[in-house]
This record gives sequence, structure tokens and C-alpha cells, in this order.
Amino acid sequence: MTDLQNWIDKNTYHHSQFWDLKKLVETKEKHGLTISLCLPTLNEEKTIGKEVILFKSELVNRYPLLDEIAVIDSGSDDNTLEVAKTYGADTYLSADILPDLEPKMGKGENLWKAIHQLKGDIIVYVDADISNIHPRFVYGLVAPLIYREEVKYVKAFYDRPLAVSGGVRNSGGGRVTEILVRPLFSLFFPELTTIIQPLSGEYAVRREVLEQIAFPIGYGVETSHLIDVHHKFGLEAFAQTDLDKRVHENKPTISLGKMSFGILQTFLKRAQALGKFENVDHETILRQFQVTKSQYQQNEISIVEEERPPMIEIEEYRKKFGR
Amino acid sequence: MSLQSVIGSLHDLQDQLTQFREILLANLVMIGEIPAPTSGEEKRIEFLLNRFKEAGLPENSIDECGNGIGVLEGTEGDRSILLNAHADTVFSAKSDHTMQVSSGSIIGPGVADNSLGLAVLATIPYILQEMEIELKNNLVLLGGVQSLGRGDLEGIRFFLDNNDFDFKNALCIEGVELGRLSYTSIGMLRGEITCRVPEMYDWSRFGDASAILTLNEVINKINDIRLPKRPRTSVVMGSIAGGSSFDTIAKEATLGFEVRSESEGVVDDVGKTIQYIAEEVASKTGDEVELDIFARRRPGGIPYAHPMNECARSVMNKLDIEPRLAPSTSELAALIDKEIPALTLGITSGDRIHKMNESVQIEPIYKGLAQIIGILIATDGGFCD
Repeated sequence: MTDLQNWIDKNTYHHSQFWDLKKLVETKEKHGLTISLCLPTLNEEKTIGKEVILFKSELVNRYPLLDEIAVIDSGSDDNTLEVAKTYGADTYLSADILPDLEPKMGKGENLWKAIHQLKGDIIVYVDADISNIHPRFVYGLVAPLIYREEVKYVKAFYDRPLAVSGGVRNSGGGRVTEILVRPLFSLFFPELTTIIQPLSGEYAVRREVLEQIAFPIGYGVETSHLIDVHHKFGLEAFAQTDLDKRVHENKPTISLGKMSFGILQTFLKRAQALGKFENVDHETILRQFQVTKSQYQQNEISIVEEERPPMIEIEEYRKKFGR
Repeated sequence: MSLQSVIGSLHDLQDQLTQFREILLANLVMIGEIPAPTSGEEKRIEFLLNRFKEAGLPENSIDECGNGIGVLEGTEGDRSILLNAHADTVFSAKSDHTMQVSSGSIIGPGVADNSLGLAVLATIPYILQEMEIELKNNLVLLGGVQSLGRGDLEGIRFFLDNNDFDFKNALCIEGVELGRLSYTSIGMLRGEITCRVPEMYDWSRFGDASAILTLNEVINKINDIRLPKRPRTSVVMGSIAGGSSFDTIAKEATLGFEVRSESEGVVDDVGKTIQYIAEEVASKTGDEVELDIFARRRPGGIPYAHPMNECARSVMNKLDIEPRLAPSTSELAALIDKEIPALTLGITSGDRIHKMNESVQIEPIYKGLAQIIGILIATDGGFCD
């Protein structure tokens, strides 16, 4: 197993290390790279406008780091697409991409279809619900890919353990990370415990990696990426960048239950495929409780973590990109 | 270039300015999300200076008072034009400064007063360079601190007292309202009256001991002051605060007020009357009544027929902006004190000013910006002297 502390020291960055955008753009151009930004959306009219404006102004007009900004939408019923278009993003309905495939609902579906729709050698994914959005959310993630050829997948985290004065502070992820994902990784994939926030929704990845991994369309997409990229390319393919604070709406615990249920399905499937378990037959109904007047009721929610295959297996994609 | 040709090119200018939408709005969002209560503007000024540096302004610095200054050197450079926007807002650093962008507007605390003004200041060097507009005179860009409330124009006054530039004209930029044309300052006196129940109050006097009641007495008496119709004079009772809960007698209550008049003498007279009222109420109630006057302005300014004023009206008319003439008590007053011909102009229309959901309209911004640049070019060309 890799010396984990050594890996962390070598592959963990802070966005401020990449403040020199002029140098970053020059290096990108020297390597002949193209970069696409994908913003997956579902009813994000309150935050999408600001994200598009900031990225367009700072990372297209001022410093041409991004070659395209695309919003891929799951079918918002608010003005998400209209607002994004107003400020110059390319907007797509997820269902219109690869229309011969039966459409599926979920963020992972949008991320997967972005591989086919967008042209960049690198795709950077940023959630559209971040209220304190800043260009660092993009340049902090793409910079390790631009400067280091061996890095293939850069993950965001939102803490600043190095800036704490007077002692040590736990540098953790969210509740699902600390209660579910980190214990599971510690048990079965200890190298992946080096990733400080395995569930963060922001990451930048090389196309050659994206096209070779499957995409759960629901909650499990981040977990599956880590396991699959680690399996195919090893821990050395990863890097991670501290993007400081990320402000977004906090989810209630009951929603985290659904999320965990989806993640577990994805995890078990991969753990079995990689020989960690022998038999992982499981239900796909999550049972949560709700109280109505004097009655305790079970609320049954069907959560099936469907997956899209690696994009390289899709014929239209191979044709489009000459693979 | 003649004044007519400057004015004739304004519509083209307005159209061309739409290309700077993302840059300007991104600056607005980023500036707006940096809290800047009066005397706490450092981070905003730092941002402004970074923008000046990125635009390649050879001279940019922060002065001892904390003002951010950038200089775009003119081709001749003997004299200078000052473009000023105050950096502070009325919101505390603890307020949530998240800006929200929709198709037609931007919403957030301080977005109109005066994040937009400062964003224009931050973007102007970039716009002038991209549009290859060269000025003969130096353009001095000033992000002024400590302007509002108790700040009392400290920033711009410090700058005006301590700089070596020879200013021929000045423009003050405010986020709202488009059409605003201020060229005079009115006489003003701003203060607070605080009533306090003494620590040793006789609590056996059931029910009649309250700082709010005492302040009420003060307010009634101020309201009874007979103000002249000419020169026009008013007393603005702007804010009130006091007490702590439903069932506890208020121990302290404060009124924030402004006396405004076209005559400095009337302002002084009303100020003295308010002083007498405070003393009288204190002696009658036994409560402490403290009057604190912390800001004054002298009336003055350029005449309606001044060339700068005429030029501004021509520019506004050409752009179909209806000029709304109104006196000002903001930075314009400090410029008037230094006898620098100056105007205050607005950029766009806005709503809910000084509320958390303050907003500005995006579309009129290009017109507001064309107006500023048009007047700037005309001033530079010597048509406003």
C-alpha cells in the first residue's frame, strides 16, 4: 500500500497555489489542452446566473482557461436554462443528448452525457447550487491537471487544516462522508481514505479517464468514480485541492438517509465486482419513518442506483471522437 | 473632437458597452459579496487595487486613510479628472452578503449603494483600454472609505487634503438612480439624540420612567420647530432605536436625524434650537439627554448654467435619460468645499435601497455607463470648463 501521508503531502493543494492565472493559461496552451466546464442543473435559477457570469468573466474573457461553459439540465421547471443562456452559457437538456437512449433522471446522467456533448480534453464539474461561487472552484481543480501530466482526476475539498492556529482540528467532510463513506473506505479501500471529501460534487477529470468509467446516475456517482479510477489507474492518478469555504443549502438528515442508501448500493456492487464480498444481494426499498397524528408509518422509497456504462462503449461517442 | 461629435457617438458607445457585461457584473458580484461597513472597507479596497493592477495602471496605492487610488495617465497629463465612488455600505459585516443574479437584475445588500458604483470604478480602466479611449488628462480613480453615516466623508476629505493632483473636474458615481444629476450640496447637520434613564432612578414612580417617553417628548418638540419655506429647510427623522423587550422599561432610546437647508445659517439656527430642546427635556424629566452632532455640510456647488452641468444634461438627453436635479450631501460636498466643479450621477434603477433584498436592474447599466464615459470624454476635451 502507498505511504498515505506521503501521498497526501504530495498531492494535496490549496487553490492559492494557483493564483497566477496567466501562467496557468500559458501552460494550458503550451500543452494544447482544451477545457470544458459542466454545470449540472435542476431548478437552480437562484445561483446559476452568478456562476455563469463569474466563470465567463474571469476564466473566458480575462483569462481564457475555459473553452466552453455548458449547463446540462435535468428538466428544470424554473428559469434555470433561460438565466444561464442570458449570460452566455451553452445550455442543453439532458434528454436531448444521445436521444436514442432512454432518458434517466439524475445528476450522474447529466455528468455522463457531458462527456459526449462537450469537447474538452478536460471536463470540470461544478455544482450549480454554490452561493459563494468564485473562479477558484474551477482553476483550483484544473491546475494540477495542467501542471502534472500524470494526474488524471482532481477532487475538491472544503477545509483549511493548515490555517488552524494553536492546534489540530478535525478536517472532515459532511455527515454521510464521516459516518458512511470513510468507514467503508477504511474497511475495504484504505488508500481512498486519503481523499478528504470523497463526496464533493466538484472535480476535474481527463476525458481519457471519464470515457472509461461507468456512471451511476444517482447518489453513487462520486463514490463509484473514486473506486473505479483507483482500480484502473491507482492512487497516483488522484490529486485534491482545498477550495476554502463552500456555502450551499444544508440537507435534512432524512435526505441523507436516501443518499446513503444509494451510495451503499453503488459501493456494494463494486466491492463485489472487485472480490471484496461474495454475495451482496440486497433490497432497493429504503424504509423511513414518518409520524401522522397518533400513528407511526413506514415510508417506503424505491431507490435503484442505475448506471450508465463507460462512454467509450457507446457507438455514437466513438464515432464523434474517433475512438 | 467637438462636443457635438462626442454626443453624436453616445448611442454607439452604449451598444459597444454591452460587450463588457460579464466583466462588469462579475466585478459587481465579487465586490458586493465583500462586506464593507463604514471603517471596515479594507478587503473591498484590496479587490479594487487588484483590478487596477490587472488593468496595468502604473500608479495604484492605498493611502493612510485606507482609500484605494489608481491613476490612468493622460497623454498630456498636466491636469486631472477625479472619478470617485464610495466603498462603504450601510450593512454590517455579519449580514449575509450573497448576491443573486437573475435575467434582469442583481439582488443583495448594498448592491445599489454602492457596490455598483465601485464596480464601475473597478471596470472603467479595462473598458477604456479595450475601447482604445485615450484621455489627455490624468484620470484619478478613487475608492473612498468612511463616507457614510458617522464616517462623514472622512476618506475623500483626507484624499483631497493630501494629494498633489490638479483636479479640473470630478464625477461621483452612485449605483442608483439613473437620471440623478446632483451639482449642489445643501447645508446639513447630522446627529443623534440619546435619552437615558439615570442609573439611580426612583423606581417607585410607577410607569412613567422610560427613555422612549423622554425621546418622544424630544421628537414632539423638534416637530414643533417652525421651519422657513424659503430658504427650503427640513428635518429628517431617519432612525429610532431603544428598549429591549415588551415588559422592561426602556433605559435608553436614540433618534438619528438630519437638518437640511439651502442656508447654512438656518441649519445652524435649527441645530441650536435642537440643543435647547435637549437641555430643556433633560431638566424637566431628570433623564440624561445627549445630543451628538457628528457631520456637517456647507451649501454650495456649481450653477445650473455651468458648462459641466450643461454638458451632462446634453449627454443625458441624447441617451434619453431624464435628468432629475437633486442636491446631495454625499462626497460631492467635500469636492464643493475644495471648489472642484463636480457632479454626482447614477448608473441604473434600483429598488428596496438599504434593505437586505436591495436590487439593481441590469439593462439600464449600459446607458448609465455610456453617460459616465460620455461626460468623461467631454470633460477631457475641455467642454465642461
